[in-house]
Amino acid sequence: MSWQMVIGLEVHCELRTATKLFCACPNMFGDEPNTNVCPNCLGLPGSLPVLNQQAVELAMAIGTALHCEIRPSTFHRKNYFYPDQAKDYQISQYDEPLNVNGYLDLPDGFRVGIERAHMEEDTGKTSHAGTSGRIHGADYSLVDYNRSGVPLVEIVSAPDMRTADQARAYVTELRAILVASGASDGKMEEGSMRVDANVSVRRSVDDPFGTRCEIKNLNSVRSLGRAIEFEAERQITLIESGEQVVQQTRHWDEGAGRTQALRSKEDAYDYRYFLEPDLVPLVPDPEWIRAVGDTLGMMPAERRARLIALLEETGTVTDAQRDQVTTVVDLGLDDLVVEAVAGGVGSGLALARTANEAATDAEAARSLDPKTYVELLMLEASGSLSATQAKAVLAELFAAGGGDPAAIARDKGFEAMSEDSLVATVAQAVVDHPDEWDRYREGDDKLAGFFTGLVMKATRGQANGKAVAAELRRLRG
Amino acid sequence: MTGPARLTRADVAHVAALARLHLSEEELDLFTGQLAQVLDHAADVASLDLAGVEPTAHAMAVTNVLRPDEPAPCLDRDEVLGQAPSVEDHRFRVPRILGEAP
Amino acid sequence: MTAPRPALETATMVRAGEESAVDVLEHHLAVIEAGEESIHAFNLVLADSARASARAVDETVAAGGDPGLLAGVPVALKDNLCTRGVPTTCSSRILDGWRPPYDATVVTRLAAAGAVVIGKTNMDEFAMGSSTETSAFGVTRNPHDHSRVPGGSSGGSAASVAAGFAPLALGSDTGGSIRQPAALCGVVGMKPTYGTVSRYGLVAFASSLDQIGPFATSVADAALLFDVIGGHDPLDSTSLHRPTPRVLSVLDEGVDGMTVGVLTEFLEGAAPDVTARVRQAAEALAAAGARIEEVSVPEVALGLSAYYLIAPGEASSNLARYDGVRYGLRVDAEDTVAMNTATRSEGFGDEVKRRIMLGTYVLSAGYMDAYYNQALRVRTRIIEGFDAAYARCDVLLGPTAPTTAFAIGAKVDDPLTMYLSDVCTIPSNLAGHPAISVPFGPGDDGLPIGVQLLGPNLSEGTLFQVAAVVEAAAPELEAPRITAGVTS
Repeated sequence: MSWQMVIGLEVHCELRTATKLFCACPNMFGDEPNTNVCPNCLGLPGSLPVLNQQAVELAMAIGTALHCEIRPSTFHRKNYFYPDQAKDYQISQYDEPLNVNGYLDLPDGFRVGIERAHMEEDTGKTSHAGTSGRIHGADYSLVDYNRSGVPLVEIVSAPDMRTADQARAYVTELRAILVASGASDGKMEEGSMRVDANVSVRRSVDDPFGTRCEIKNLNSVRSLGRAIEFEAERQITLIESGEQVVQQTRHWDEGAGRTQALRSKEDAYDYRYFLEPDLVPLVPDPEWIRAVGDTLGMMPAERRARLIALLEETGTVTDAQRDQVTTVVDLGLDDLVVEAVAGGVGSGLALARTANEAATDAEAARSLDPKTYVELLMLEASGSLSATQAKAVLAELFAAGGGDPAAIARDKGFEAMSEDSLVATVAQAVVDHPDEWDRYREGDDKLAGFFTGLVMKATRGQANGKAVAAELRRLRG
Repeated sequence: MTGPARLTRADVAHVAALARLHLSEEELDLFTGQLAQVLDHAADVASLDLAGVEPTAHAMAVTNVLRPDEPAPCLDRDEVLGQAPSVEDHRFRVPRILGEAP
Repeated sequence: MTAPRPALETATMVRAGEESAVDVLEHHLAVIEAGEESIHAFNLVLADSARASARAVDETVAAGGDPGLLAGVPVALKDNLCTRGVPTTCSSRILDGWRPPYDATVVTRLAAAGAVVIGKTNMDEFAMGSSTETSAFGVTRNPHDHSRVPGGSSGGSAASVAAGFAPLALGSDTGGSIRQPAALCGVVGMKPTYGTVSRYGLVAFASSLDQIGPFATSVADAALLFDVIGGHDPLDSTSLHRPTPRVLSVLDEGVDGMTVGVLTEFLEGAAPDVTARVRQAAEALAAAGARIEEVSVPEVALGLSAYYLIAPGEASSNLARYDGVRYGLRVDAEDTVAMNTATRSEGFGDEVKRRIMLGTYVLSAGYMDAYYNQALRVRTRIIEGFDAAYARCDVLLGPTAPTTAFAIGAKVDDPLTMYLSDVCTIPSNLAGHPAISVPFGPGDDGLPIGVQLLGPNLSEGTLFQVAAVVEAAAPELEAPRITAGVTS
């Protein structure tokens, strides 16, 4: 008998709008507390909400990217008291959400259903005064309403995931999609993307789902994986010892490596959802929906497929290359690879140089003029620059925010080694290491690397590796 | 068609807590009587057969009221915090919060 | 200056430089000085800021400018309308002393029209009531008889106009809170079509029902005020884009050829003297060329019950924000929940607590469909009933309130009896329709009676037209004498 996990994820995504969902206060992280507030997001008497058009567009973009059906929708009030909830109710969507019935394919092809992706407003932020900074044991709390009213989309997956790895892959891919759609900056560390996990276990796939627990406070993909695995173990242990899993919300304690039940004042909240009387229904017309779909850029899955196709044109794609493809797409650098290949650079080199070097300063790489990048790679591809030299020029381009690769190479004194100079250096290395040369000549190809390393050392990286390899082969005959 | 069960003292105590209101024993008795009377009167609504009638939440059928994503001036922080019952560090201060947010 | 001068006339004279806004204001402040102690229409008289506004109006005129349609006219504002930097209490201890950092849209429009805000008027706490007796700051007395209520919840605004403290006032109407006090105080009061006047800055009671509207001594003045405050507001999502009817220009067009339906269900619960006045108004309209019909809209009988499910439901949510965290009263406690509870328990009066609990109950799990959603279905039926009536009639006619003003203290201990005061006014709020109350002579006890005209959405033009004819035929009502401490 092997236990099975059942996992569903709820992800809250802050939208990259200029203003909040229902008022024109700036949507800005990190400003001085309570400076981005108005009667609406403070819940002052007499205030009224007005819906942000751009927030709707981005919510629709998310729905499109997740293959959802975009429907007429309404807003409801979710009523509960809490200091960070300025009106003591949240305006959300209840039984008529904007996006329903979509899906997300993990990179390995596994499909996770998306039940809904709806709009709602964020709360303010509380900080707790006490020794731990955590809510328990705090003497009092302080509330900042800058975040109150920021637009959120809550994405609820179907309980389709069965392993912690799938959950991690889901969050990683979802984040990439949210960034690619323009809806989010994906900064989990700033809280612009928050994940809650619903976990249950069952003895076999034929059994119905077990009682689930919700886990909150997952601040990274790594925490997500650890928490799910801990929670599944905890539930299995409970059931195997004859006890029952109690449906509850649990908090992940990263330091202790465990989930803990939360003490909440009310056992079950009665949110008394009712239609928000201060707002009217949202009915996007087909033209609007189509326009959103048309302007949506390529999603990560398509981008990865595009690079794989390029690689497949010139040979089999290795696992290492697949990883490089993922890295490059994650960092938004895949357009650079495509431009380079279009400019005549080999796909393998373009991919490698982007995944390894350009990735070290992805932001600089994204702002670099693609033509400059292609020029540099062409210098390397043609043999004018060695790999080492090309990397140095790239670093320079990043630091300066652009430039002329050929000019930089000249300034640094990078000249291609003359043919004679290269031949002489190789010959010297051969003479200095006769035993290794014999073995290489007899077919031990691995020693090509040994000799290349010697030549590189002797020329302080100036030699072109491919040219050295070609010379060695020529000498061998 | 019968309506829902009659309002009890326990019901009133429950909703008072939900609404963050404290009632004395006398108030609980008084309000239960008064509210039950109002709901009895409203039983004529509760017991109607209105299956198939659409509820009207908004008197006027309007849709898609939207605003452009353009910032407007915010409130002056001092003016806002000047009206707050308790302030520390430019934030609203509240006594300890016992439970996590839902 | 003895008899109240129409606001329209005052504004015209001030704009023309024939009258000084400061003089107009001083006259009204003197009347307030003489009579306010015995009436208590105001929570706050704004003498200093009003003087500054009046001076500014006069300076604009002197410089050759036009201060606007309400130039120099004093206006009293119900104390649930946000006025920047000026206390807005909703007559509740929980907001005692709270100064909003912003103005309601209607307040901004009044200022742009040159009006002079003279004070914030008393009301039932958070607009919940029909007599102004639930105010935390004491009752307002009916200027016609100080032992009687002025009606509610806009009792202070109605009384201030009836007493001559201001020619114009604004109130809010959720279940009749403008029209009923207007009838009880012998002034004109009107509730517009839902969505024609912005609710931004009106402290919410029941969001799908609340509307701001005018009080005045004449139909023409009410029309003038409505024209100034009405119109689309981007800050209110429920504000209509369709042009708000401009009514001042149509007042003289008469009722020839119109059909007026006398609403039989409203007459059923009315006192005989009230019914008599309604019949008299119908005769006057007939004499002016209208066709009179008896009309039955049986659905309106369910209005009271539906209202007392919908309004408290929305109110319970709208009033959750009064939690002692960001503004208003705070009663300290060990933890936030205890603080919320102590604050709200001390800060809210009994009627507000009743309605919050009732609303919480009808929205709660298990009861929502039987009560709240059911009430929304009844609302559909009421709209259908009215629509059928308006297929045959241009406007409907009936009483505003079932009786004249009752005695202070007569109904406070019996909420259900109090709620029955609104039976003729509630259906219009549920349907979103406009309605106006026009004074039509005294009852048997000498106290004012108002007759009510109802119309379909956006029929304000027609309503005011008919109201003007009714007003012209109205029997004399003795004006209250305002002298310090004397009952007229």
